[in-house]
Amino acid sequence: MIQAIQHSLFAWWPEPLRLVLFLVAILSFVGLNAAYLVWVERKGAGRFQRRPGPTEVGYAGLLQPIADALKLMTKQLIVPAGADTTLFRLAPLLMMSPALMSLAVIPWGQSLAARNINVGLLMIFAFGAINVMAIMLGGWSSRNKYAIISAARVVSQNVAYEIPMLLVVITMIMVTGTMNLTEIVTQQAGGFWHWNLFRVWVNPLMPATFLIFFTCMLAETNRAPFDMAEAESELVAGAYTEYAGMGFGVFFMAEYANILLGCALGTALFLGGWQSPVGILPGVVWFLLKMYFLIFSVVWIRWTFPRTQFYGLLNLSWKILIPVSLVTLLLTSAMMKLVHA
Amino acid sequence: MSTSVPQPKVDGVQPATPPTAPKPAPAAPAKPAVAAGVQPPTPSQPAPPPAPPPPNPLAHLPLPFKGVDYAAKGFHCEATVSPDQVVVVAEMLDKEGLALDTITGVDWLAEGQMEVVYDFFHPAKALRVVVRTRIPRDNPEIPSIHKVFPGANWHERETHDFFGIRFLGHPNLTPFLLPEDADYHPLRKDYAA
Amino acid sequence: MIVKDQLKTELSADGAPRETFVINLGPQHPATHGVLRVKMTMDGEYIVRAEPVCGYIHRMQEKMGENRTYAQFLPNTSRIDYLSAMTYTHGFVGAVERAAKLQVPPRAEYIRVITSELNRISSHLVWWGAFLMDLGGFTPMLYAFDDREKILDLLEGITGSRLTYSYYRIGGLYNDVDDTFINGTRAFVAQMRPRLKMYRDLVTDNIIFRKRLIDIGPISKEMCRKYGATGPVIRGSGVPYDVRRIEPYSVYSEFDFIIPTFEECDSMARYLVRMEEMAQSLRIIEQALDKLPAGPVMVEKVPRVLKLPAGDYCYAVEAARGRFSVRIVSDNKEIPYRVKLRTPSLSNLSLFEEASQGMLLPDALALMGSLDLVIPDIDR
Repeated sequence: MIQAIQHSLFAWWPEPLRLVLFLVAILSFVGLNAAYLVWVERKGAGRFQRRPGPTEVGYAGLLQPIADALKLMTKQLIVPAGADTTLFRLAPLLMMSPALMSLAVIPWGQSLAARNINVGLLMIFAFGAINVMAIMLGGWSSRNKYAIISAARVVSQNVAYEIPMLLVVITMIMVTGTMNLTEIVTQQAGGFWHWNLFRVWVNPLMPATFLIFFTCMLAETNRAPFDMAEAESELVAGAYTEYAGMGFGVFFMAEYANILLGCALGTALFLGGWQSPVGILPGVVWFLLKMYFLIFSVVWIRWTFPRTQFYGLLNLSWKILIPVSLVTLLLTSAMMKLVHA
Repeated sequence: MSTSVPQPKVDGVQPATPPTAPKPAPAAPAKPAVAAGVQPPTPSQPAPPPAPPPPNPLAHLPLPFKGVDYAAKGFHCEATVSPDQVVVVAEMLDKEGLALDTITGVDWLAEGQMEVVYDFFHPAKALRVVVRTRIPRDNPEIPSIHKVFPGANWHERETHDFFGIRFLGHPNLTPFLLPEDADYHPLRKDYAA
Repeated sequence: MIVKDQLKTELSADGAPRETFVINLGPQHPATHGVLRVKMTMDGEYIVRAEPVCGYIHRMQEKMGENRTYAQFLPNTSRIDYLSAMTYTHGFVGAVERAAKLQVPPRAEYIRVITSELNRISSHLVWWGAFLMDLGGFTPMLYAFDDREKILDLLEGITGSRLTYSYYRIGGLYNDVDDTFINGTRAFVAQMRPRLKMYRDLVTDNIIFRKRLIDIGPISKEMCRKYGATGPVIRGSGVPYDVRRIEPYSVYSEFDFIIPTFEECDSMARYLVRMEEMAQSLRIIEQALDKLPAGPVMVEKVPRVLKLPAGDYCYAVEAARGRFSVRIVSDNKEIPYRVKLRTPSLSNLSLFEEASQGMLLPDALALMGSLDLVIPDIDR
C-alpha cells in the first residue's frame, strides 16, 4: 500500500524535481538527526551515569538541541590570527559534505533510494576518504599545537582503520556479488535468517566480520573508545580547539552525520536493510529501527569504556583486525569457490 | 595479587604516658586516676631518678647524632652539623637507606642566623632523623645535596624562595612557588607584607 | 601551523637530530587536577622533558602560621589538601598536643580514626573518578560521587561542613557523635563493599583500562626513596611504608588491617593500592565502631592561651596522598615561630620530571593521574 501511495505521489514528477525533493528530504533528515542524536547521546549519557540528562528545555529536554543550535548560531565565528583562513573555514564543510552525498545511495525503503547507483558502495568509501583530509586540514590550519598533534593522530588512526573496513566490505561484495546497495538489501529478503549477518555457509566468520565492520566504523567516525583526535583530557578539544560557534557546530553535526551513515551502511550490508522479519510495517520503519539500534550501541559504548592509548589503537588495527579480515577474505573466497561453484 | 607483607615490629617506641604531677603532701598516695604504674612520690621518699637518655639509633655513624624522646618531640635522633658537612651527612644517611622527607629553614633574626633543617625518614623502620645547620643571616649559603637526593631539588628551591638561602651547586635556583620575578623572601622575620 | 623558528633541533640519545617543540599542559587543562602547569618539550608524541611549574595557587600558608595562634591556624589546615582535610587537621592538632603534652580522651581518638578513614575513602573516590575521566571513561565519576555523597552527608551531620571540616580541636573534638552517625556509618560500610566489588568488575577488570595502566609509568623503589615519595606511590613500588604502621599515632596500633603493597611499580599497582586501601579503611571503621568507648571527647583543661614550650615538635600522619607531617618551632609564645607543612604531593610530583622522560603523552598523563596530586597540597 505504501508502494502505491509513493508511486501515485511521486512517479509522475519530472526527474529533476524528484531529485530535488530527495535532496531536501535527506538534508533535513540529516540535519534533524544530527541535532536529535545529540539529544539521544546526552540522555543516554545521563541514564548510564545515573542522572536524568537534559530535562529543562521542553518536555524531557526535547527542545535542548534547538536551544543549543540557536546558541551556536549566535556566536561569533573567530578565526585565530595566523591561521590559514580558507582551509580553516573549509574544513567543517569538507567534513559534512561526504556524509550528505553518501546518504544519497542508501536504500531507506523499498523504493526510497535517491540514486540507485551500481557502484554505490564504492562511492561511499570514496567520499569517506575525504573525512580524513577534512580533520587534518582543520587541525593544521588552526595554528595550535594541540590541534596539530590531534591532526597527526587522526590521519594515522583513520588510515589504519580504513584498511580492515575495506577488506570487510570486499568480503561482503564477494558474498553478495554486487556493489549496488539496493540489490544487496533485496537479496536479503524473506525472514531474518536471510540477513547477511547469518550467512555463515558462505562466510563462516560472518559475525566476526560484522564486529570488525562495527569497530572500524567507530574508529573512522572518531568515537570513543577511539576518540584520540579529540581526547579531551589530553588535547583539550583536539583538532576542533580553535573552532567557535557554528564552525564547531558543523563539525559536531558532521560527526553525527557520519555515525548515521556508518550505521545505515551497517544495516544495509549486514542486518537486512528495510527487510522486515515479520512483514507488518513498511520497510522504512524497519530500516530506521535497525539503524537506531546500532546508533544506540555506539552511544552505549562511548559512555562505558575508557579510551585506548594511541599505539594500542593502531596495534589493534594493524596486528589484529587486518589479519583477521584477510583471513575472512580468503576463507570466503575459498568457500565460494568450493561450495558454490 | 595483593600481598600483605609481614610488618616490621616497631621497636623501642612506646606510646606516651603523660608524666603526672606529684601530688601535694597531705594527699593519700596512689589516686586511681594516675596513669599506669607511676607512683607519685610521697614527701618522705627521694625524687625518682631521672629517665635514662633515649637510645641513639645511628650510633654506628661517625656523626654527632643524639637520641631524642620520640613521644615528646616526634623524631628519633638529631644532629647539629656545620654547613660544609651536610653533603657528607646526606651521603651517609643515603647509604643507611633513609629517604629525604623535607628541607626547610628557620629564620633566627635575634641571633643573626638562619637554620636549615633537613628531615629524613626510613621507609622500613621507625627512624626519623633531623639534621640542622646554622648559617649566617647576611650571607646565607650552603652546599646543595641534590646530587645525593634528587628530591632535594624542589625543597631547596622552596627554601630559597622563602628565606633567600643560596644552595651552592643547585642547577636551577629560580622561584618555585613565588612568581618568576619575585625578589623578596616572605618567611624572613624582617619581611613586612 | 607551527612556526619554523619555534622548532628546536636537538640531538636525541643516539645522536640523531630531532626537532622538538614546547607545549604547555595547563594551568587550565582538564587533566591536571588543579592549577598545575607542565612545560613539556615534545618530540612528536614523545616527551623529551616535562617540567612542572608550580605556584599558581600558592597562598603562603606557612607565613599565615606565624601570624595566628594555634587555634586560629586550625582551619587553614583543612584547606591545604581539601580532599583529605581531616587527616591534615589531625597532623596539626597532633603536633600541638604532643608539644603541650595533652592526653586526648580515648573516645575522641576513636572518633578521629573513624572520621579520618571516612575521609580517606571519600578522597580515594574522587581520585578514582577523576583518574578514569582522564583516561576517557566518563561514567565512573558519577558513581564515585554517588558514594561520596553518602560520606559527606554523614560527616556533615557531626561537623557541619562537607569538604573542609575543622572538626578536631586541640585536645579532642568539637562535637560528639550521635546515633545517627554511628548507624549511618554502619549502613554505609555495608553498602560500600558491594560497590567496591562492582567497581572491580566493571573497571579494574576492563581490558582497555588494563592495557592503559599495566607496565605504564614505572617508578622504582630507589626513585621513591631518593625523592621522598610516600603513600600509594611507594606502596605500589613494593615498600610497605605507611605511617599508621611504622610510626603509629592515635589508636591505629589497636586495629587489624593490612597495608596493601604491590611489587610491580607501574600505574596499575598504584591504582590497586588505593582500591585495596578503601576496603581496608572500611575494616578499620568497622572495628573502631565496635570498640568505641564512652567518655568525654575533649580534654578537661586546655589553656585558653596555649603556649608551647620552646623547641621544635613534629607529628606525622598518613593522609590519603602520603605522609603529611607538621613541624612546629615554638619560642614559648602563643603564636608559633615557624610552622612547616611537609606535604606528600610535592614529593610525589618531584619525581615526575625524571619518570616521564621518553614517555608518550597519554602514558605520562596516566602516570600523573596515578600519582594522585592535589595542587593546593603542592603549593600550600
